[in-house]
Amino acid sequence: MSQLRQQLTEGRFVITAEIAPPKGMDVAAEVETARQLAGMTAVNVTDNQGANMRMSPLALAVLLRQAGIEPILQFTCRDRNRLALQSDLLGAAALGIENLLLLSGDHARFGDHPQARSVFDLDSVQLLQAVNGLMAGHDMSGKSLHGAPTFFAGAAVSPEMEPFELMFQKYSKKVDSGAAFFQTQAVFDPERLSCFMLAAAPLGRPVLAGVLLLRSAGMARFLNANIPGVHVPNTLVERLEKATRPLEEGVAIAREMVAVARDCCQGVHLMTLGHEARIPEILGG
Amino acid sequence: MIISRQKPREELLQALAGLHRVFIVGCGACATACKVFGEDEVFRLQESLAKDGIDTTGSVVIDEACHIMRAGRDLRHHHQAVGEADAVLVLACGSGIQSISDNTEKRVVGGLDSLFLGNVRRFGQYEEKCSLCGECILNETAGICPVTTCAKGLLNGPCGGMEKGCCETDPDVACAWHLIYERLKRQGRPGVFGRTVAPKNWGKRQRPGRYNVER
Repeated sequence: MSQLRQQLTEGRFVITAEIAPPKGMDVAAEVETARQLAGMTAVNVTDNQGANMRMSPLALAVLLRQAGIEPILQFTCRDRNRLALQSDLLGAAALGIENLLLLSGDHARFGDHPQARSVFDLDSVQLLQAVNGLMAGHDMSGKSLHGAPTFFAGAAVSPEMEPFELMFQKYSKKVDSGAAFFQTQAVFDPERLSCFMLAAAPLGRPVLAGVLLLRSAGMARFLNANIPGVHVPNTLVERLEKATRPLEEGVAIAREMVAVARDCCQGVHLMTLGHEARIPEILGG
Repeated sequence: MIISRQKPREELLQALAGLHRVFIVGCGACATACKVFGEDEVFRLQESLAKDGIDTTGSVVIDEACHIMRAGRDLRHHHQAVGEADAVLVLACGSGIQSISDNTEKRVVGGLDSLFLGNVRRFGQYEEKCSLCGECILNETAGICPVTTCAKGLLNGPCGGMEKGCCETDPDVACAWHLIYERLKRQGRPGVFGRTVAPKNWGKRQRPGRYNVER
């Protein structure tokens, strides 16, 4: 059983972080970063994040595992049809990967191959169902598998998305389709997060709140303008603006969000973007 | 109708390189309606090709270039002019071009890029609302197609990129799932939100499509 599943089952507060595969085949820097994350419960490995072509997350996830770090393999529906998704997932299981985060994926228009044809043969809800089928011993066509995989499959949610009801309908569909845990988009508004958790609690799935380290007011404004579903409140932008050392203020803000998550969530998912060394302070408190 | 756009002049001239005489075929249906190529446009093109040293041996605007048999009949009516040409330049959608190439051994040059099956908002403003997927879900989605108008074609609600009711790929475009949600709410019915939609059967959209009505 994966550490992630074990700790969530035991009701322990889990901490995850994330790492992107390299553009190229040299993984030395990524494995080194991952070693700094050795204290985490598990580390997400992103899948052509932002539709930018990088090494297969399956390969890096296996390499992390060999280095003693537990991966959460992210898989999107953008680049693979249902045959490729299922066969890659069976391959992942054979290589010892248990934790998954199943996503629709950013549109190819955003990335470094905007002329690519996006696949989206399945959506994230249907992919969750497909994974459940694999675990039950059959593929999407109903054919029996010789050796069924064991996965701990999670999904994403954007708790601050409006309208709430529309966002929550999708959340419920993911729960019904077998999502075992959730990691959220970066959240900055304690009130909206706890509102979401109040509604989500009866569905009984652990939620790891996304905590993003803000480096500056400029970064916060950039996120507000360019990243859908991320809202940094003005009060936080002002705090970063007034701070003489904005990164320190960002660490403080992240620490406050972690404290909120300790109250209402089952864990945090940290996005520190190169400042992994600050994680102990963010978790401190 | 089928929305098409004239190929850039340079690209067209490249396709016509080395040819001296063309027979021009226009289409009286979609290409005319969206003012890409009807009689006026055929005439204008004729004049402009002449400046580039390409003569026109004749021309015809076929009522519906996509009708294979009629296109063949119209070509035969002009067999002399077609015969004198080095190539047939077709100003119709990809379907129309192939009605012509199905009916002549002459080299066929297409002058348009076909874009999509489009609705007309107003003159010169076209929107794609249906992608002819073979498995229509509109009855459950308040008459708004997510297969076509959601940039990702998602079937179970919006992605995390929806922002203020707009699509992450273009802030000027409404999120299809937000529109579906709002309209179903006004109609007071759950519609598609009442179930988890199964993966789409793309087998119903086998290419090339073929459909014979049984009589």
